[in-house]
Amino acid sequence: MSSVMTAETTEASEKVINQVQDGPIVVRPEKGVDIKMSAEGVSVFYGDKQALDDISIDIHSKQITALIGPSGCGKSTFLRCLNRMNDVVGGCRINGRITMDGEDIYAPRVDVASLRGQVGMVFQKPNPFPKSIFDNVAYGPRIHGYAQHRDEIEEIVVRSLSKASLFEEVKDRLHDPATGLSGGQQQRLCIARAIAVNPEVLLMDEPCSALDPIATARIEDLMWELKEKFTIIIVTHSMQQASRVSQRTGFFHMGVLAEVGTTEQIFQNPVDNRTRDYITGRFG
Amino acid sequence: MILFNEKLVRKRNRAERRFRAYGILSLLAAASVLLFLVYTIVSSGYSAFFRTTLLMDVQLNAAHMDITSPYTRDVLMQGRYTSLVKTSLYARFPGVSERRERRALSKLLSPGAELVVRDYVINHPESIGATVALEVPLSSDFDQLYKEHLPRTGEHIRFSEVQLRWFDQLQEEGRLNYRFNTQFLFGGDSRYPELAGIGGAVVGSFYALSVCFLLAFPLGIAAATYLEEFSGNTRLTRIIEANINNLAAVPSVIFGLLGLAIFLNVFGLPRSTPLVGGFVLSLMTLPTIIIATRASIRSVSPGIRQAALGMGASPVQVVFHHVLPAAMPGTLTGTIIGLAQALGETAPLLMIGMVAFIANVPATPLDASAALPVQIFLWAESAERGFVEKTSAAMMVIMAFLILMNILAVIVRSKTQAKVE
Amino acid sequence: MVLWCAMPMIMVVLCWLVVEPWFVRPIVMQTLGSVAGQQAGAPAFQYLEIRNIAAGVLPGTSASDAVMHAVEQYKSLLRTASMAFSVMFLMAGVLGFYRGYKKLTVDFPAREQVEKFVRFFLLASSMVAILTTLSIVLALVVEALRFFKHVPLLDFLLGLKWSPQVAIRADQVGSSGAFGAIPLFAGTLLIAFIAMLVAVPIGLFSAIYLAEYARPSVRSVTKPMLEILAGIPTVVYGFFAALTVAPLIVKVGGTIGLNASSESALAAGLVMGVMIIPFISSLSDDVINAVPTSLRFGSLAMGATRSETIRKVILPASLPGIMGAILLAVSRAIGETMIVVMAAGLAANLTANPLESVTTVTAQIVTILVGDQEFDSPKTLAAFALGLTLFCVTLALNFLALKIVRRYEERYD
Repeated sequence: MSSVMTAETTEASEKVINQVQDGPIVVRPEKGVDIKMSAEGVSVFYGDKQALDDISIDIHSKQITALIGPSGCGKSTFLRCLNRMNDVVGGCRINGRITMDGEDIYAPRVDVASLRGQVGMVFQKPNPFPKSIFDNVAYGPRIHGYAQHRDEIEEIVVRSLSKASLFEEVKDRLHDPATGLSGGQQQRLCIARAIAVNPEVLLMDEPCSALDPIATARIEDLMWELKEKFTIIIVTHSMQQASRVSQRTGFFHMGVLAEVGTTEQIFQNPVDNRTRDYITGRFG
Repeated sequence: MILFNEKLVRKRNRAERRFRAYGILSLLAAASVLLFLVYTIVSSGYSAFFRTTLLMDVQLNAAHMDITSPYTRDVLMQGRYTSLVKTSLYARFPGVSERRERRALSKLLSPGAELVVRDYVINHPESIGATVALEVPLSSDFDQLYKEHLPRTGEHIRFSEVQLRWFDQLQEEGRLNYRFNTQFLFGGDSRYPELAGIGGAVVGSFYALSVCFLLAFPLGIAAATYLEEFSGNTRLTRIIEANINNLAAVPSVIFGLLGLAIFLNVFGLPRSTPLVGGFVLSLMTLPTIIIATRASIRSVSPGIRQAALGMGASPVQVVFHHVLPAAMPGTLTGTIIGLAQALGETAPLLMIGMVAFIANVPATPLDASAALPVQIFLWAESAERGFVEKTSAAMMVIMAFLILMNILAVIVRSKTQAKVE
Repeated sequence: MVLWCAMPMIMVVLCWLVVEPWFVRPIVMQTLGSVAGQQAGAPAFQYLEIRNIAAGVLPGTSASDAVMHAVEQYKSLLRTASMAFSVMFLMAGVLGFYRGYKKLTVDFPAREQVEKFVRFFLLASSMVAILTTLSIVLALVVEALRFFKHVPLLDFLLGLKWSPQVAIRADQVGSSGAFGAIPLFAGTLLIAFIAMLVAVPIGLFSAIYLAEYARPSVRSVTKPMLEILAGIPTVVYGFFAALTVAPLIVKVGGTIGLNASSESALAAGLVMGVMIIPFISSLSDDVINAVPTSLRFGSLAMGATRSETIRKVILPASLPGIMGAILLAVSRAIGETMIVVMAAGLAANLTANPLESVTTVTAQIVTILVGDQEFDSPKTLAAFALGLTLFCVTLALNFLALKIVRRYEERYD
C-alpha cells in the first residue's frame, strides 16, 4: 500500500553538518535510511506573530524522534503542522513544504481527513470521547470505512487495545464509559484509538505530562514496542524521556530548530551552544 | 503515498457539505422569516402615519354653532359643530339636496372633523363670523380608498357610485391632501380608525415601565447583592436561588393571574391602571435584573474588594462604594433588557384589565390606561380595515422603542465600561 | 440619617396601602346597604363598580342613586383618609428625624446600625422572590380549590368537553357548563409540538453552524439577528400568525385541496416555532461551546471531518444540555399566550388535525378573564384551575431542565 521512498539523492544521503551561525544545524541521514516525513523551510504565522521560522527536518521511518525545547519554543506548533491540525486554528498561515513519502501534504488534492488517518495524534491531556471504551477505539475505523461488519470492528478494537497493552485491563468492561478509566489508562486508550486506523506516523504531544511516573513508564515501554510498526514523533519537555525513548532528537528554541541529530549526539556532544545550555539546565 | 479511498472521500465530503448547508439554510430560514415579518408590518403599517384630509371652507356662523357671546372657552366647548361641518360640506355640493344623499355625502367625513373645527374656534374666537379654510379628516373608509387599500369595485364594495363620484370630484379639485398624522402618534384611542392614536398607550406603557423600574431596579440590585456578597451557602440562599431561576421561567400569564388575585382582589388596587401593571411587570423583570446583576458582581475582580477591605472599609462599604459601581454596566444593561421585555408583555396586562377602551391620555399612573402591546391586541381584534394599518403602525412604534432600548443598553455598557476602566 | 427619616415614612406608606381598602370598604358598603337595602349582585362587584365610578373609569350615569351616593361617600372618605395619611406620613418623617438626630448627638455607632439595617434590607429584597412564588401558589391554590368545590378534580383533568359558559339563570339550556380540560391540554400539546418541529431543527442547526463553522464576521451578523427574533413582542407574532400566516395556510391548503380553518393550530404553531428558534439556538450554542475543545481536536486528529466530529462526538457529548434546552423551550411554548389567543381560536376541539382550530390553556385563561368577571362563578375560577395546572407543568419542566443542564455543566467543569 505505502510505497517506501528512500532518500537516494546524493545530497540527502551525505552526512552534512551545516554550521552556519544562528542557522539550523541539520544532520542529514546516512545512506539507506528511510525518510518518512520531511519539512523544508517551514514557517508558521498566527496572524502577525511568527511562531516558527524556517524549519527543516527529516523524520526517519520506524524510529522515535523527540522534539525538545523550552515551553513556547514552537515544538508543538511544528508537530501540528505534520497532520495539518493547524488548519483548525483560525488565522494560521504556513509557508514552506512538508512531505510524507515525498508527497506534499499541503497539496490541494490531499484530503485532510485521509491524511490525518495516516498521521495519527495523541494529545497532552487524555481526551477520550464520552463514549464506551469500545466505541472510542472503533471511532476511527468506522469513519474511515475500514471495516463494515461488527466482528471486523471487534477484531480491530481488540488488536488495537492489545497493541496499546490495555486490553487485559479493560476486556471485561469494553462497553463502560471511557471516562471512568484512570489517567494513564485513558492515555493508552487514546493511543489505541489512534493506532486503530493503522496510521504510518504517530504524533505525540507531551503524552505523559499529565501522568504519574508509573503510568509514564508504561507509555514509554509502549512507545518502544510501537516503533517497530510506526514512525513516532514525540514532543516532550522532559529531557530524560527524550533520551530514554528516542533515537533522534531535535532541539527547538524560540521558533527555530537549533539543532537536530541522533539523541546520543545531542545529549552527549551538542554542537549548538543553546542546546548545551538547555541540556545542562542553564535555562528551561 | 497518502492513501485515498476516492469513493469514500467523495461521500464524506458530500456529507460534510450537506451538513454545513443545513446550518446555513436554518439561519437563512430564520432570517427570511424575520425579513418577511418586518416587511409585512412595515408595508401595511407605514401608511397609518399619514391620513387624508379635506380642505374645506367653513363659515363660522355663530347661529349655526348655537353659541352666543361672550365666547368663553366653556361656551365654545358646548357649541354644535356637527351641523356646521355638514353645512359646509353640503355647500360644496349644491346639487345634493335629498336627505338620503346628504347622509351618504356626510359619510365622507370623519366624526373627527367637528373636533378640528371646534379646536380652531376655541383657539381663534376672533374669527367667528368669518369663513376659514380648514383641513378636516376623511372617514376611515375613504381614507383607505385614497391609500388604495380598499377596492373601488368588487363584491364587498363599501362605497356607492355617487360617493365615489364625489370623492373623485374632490380629488380632481385638489381638495384632498395627504398629511402626516400627528393625532396617531399623540392622541388617545378612538372607535374611529382615522382618529385613533397610540399616545395614550405610549404614556400608559411609560408609566407602567417607570413603576416597574422604580421597584425592580433597587430590589433587584439589593437581592443580587445579598445573594452574592452577604449570604453564605445556606439553605435559605439555595431556596431563594431556586426561586429566582424558576420565576424567570414562569409563563407571563401566571403573573397576570397573580396580579388579578392579589393586587386587585386582595389589596383592592385600582383596575386597569399602569400602577398595577408596573407592579406585575416588576415582579417579572426582577429575576432578569437579579441574574444580570449577580453575573456582573461576580465578574468584579477580587482585587478591588481586597484593596478596599485592606483600607479598613466595612463589607457593606466595600459593596456600595466599590463593587456595585464596578458592576453597574452589567446591571444597567440587564435592567434595560428586562424593561424591554416588560414593554412587550401583553398577557399579564390583559389579566389586570388594561384592555379597557380608554380614549384619554392618562395623566397619572393611577388613571385607567391601555399599554402599547395591549393597544396592538385591541386593534388587531377590531374588524375595521382602517385598524389593520394602525395595528401594524403601532407594532412599528413598539419595535422602534425596543430597538432604541437595546441601542441604549449597548451604549450604556460601552460608556460605563470605559469609565470604570 | 436619611434612613432614620425615611424608614418610618416608608412604613406608613406600606401600612396605608394595606389598610386603605380594608378600612374604607366596610364603611362604603354599609352606606350602600343602608340606602339600597337588598340588592342583587355580589358585594365585591358593587364595590368595584363604586371604585371605578369614583376613579372615572365607568360613566356614572348608568348607576343607581344608591351607588352614586356610595360613590360620593367613597370619594369623601378617600379625601379624609389621604389627608390623615399625609399627616401621618409627615409626622413619621419628623419623628424619625428627631430620633435619628438625638441618637447621632450622643456617641452612637451609626455605622454599625446602618450596616445592620442595610443587611436586613438586602435580605428582605431577596425574599421578594420567595414572596412572589408564595403568592402565586397561594392565589392559584385558593381560587382553584374554590373551583374544585363546583367541579370535581377528575372531571376537570379527564373530562373531554370544555364549554365554560355557565348560564345566569338555572333554567337556561346548558346551564351546567362543562369543564373537561382534555381538549385544552390536547390543543396546547398539539401547538407546542408543531412549534418544536419548527424550532428544534432550525434552532439546533443554527447553533451548530454558529458554534462550529461560522467565521466571527458571520457570527456578528447572525447573533443579533436571532436576538431580534427573540426580542419581538409576542403580540406582534400573534398578529403575524393571525393576519399573515393563517390566511396563507388557508390559501395554500385550498390549492392542494385541504380545508384549513382560518384559525388553525398550524399557523399558531409555526409562528410560535419561529419565536422559540432563538431560545433553542442560544441555549444550544452555550451547551455546544461548553464541550471541551480537546474532544474536537481529538476527533479531527483521528481524521474525522467537521460534520462527523459534530455528529459523533460533540452532539452526543452535549445531548443532555440540548435536552435541557428543549425542555425549557417546551415549557416556554406551553406557557406562551398571545400567539394562541390571537391565532389559535377558542373552539375547544379535540383533534390532532393541525389545520383545525384548537384552543389552549393559556388562551382560555385570557378569554375567561378578559372583560367582565363575576368572581364566584365556576367559569372565572376555572381560569385559576387552569393557571395552577399550567404553573405546575411548567415548573416541573423547568426544574427538570435546569437539573439536567446543571449536571451537564458540572461534568465539564
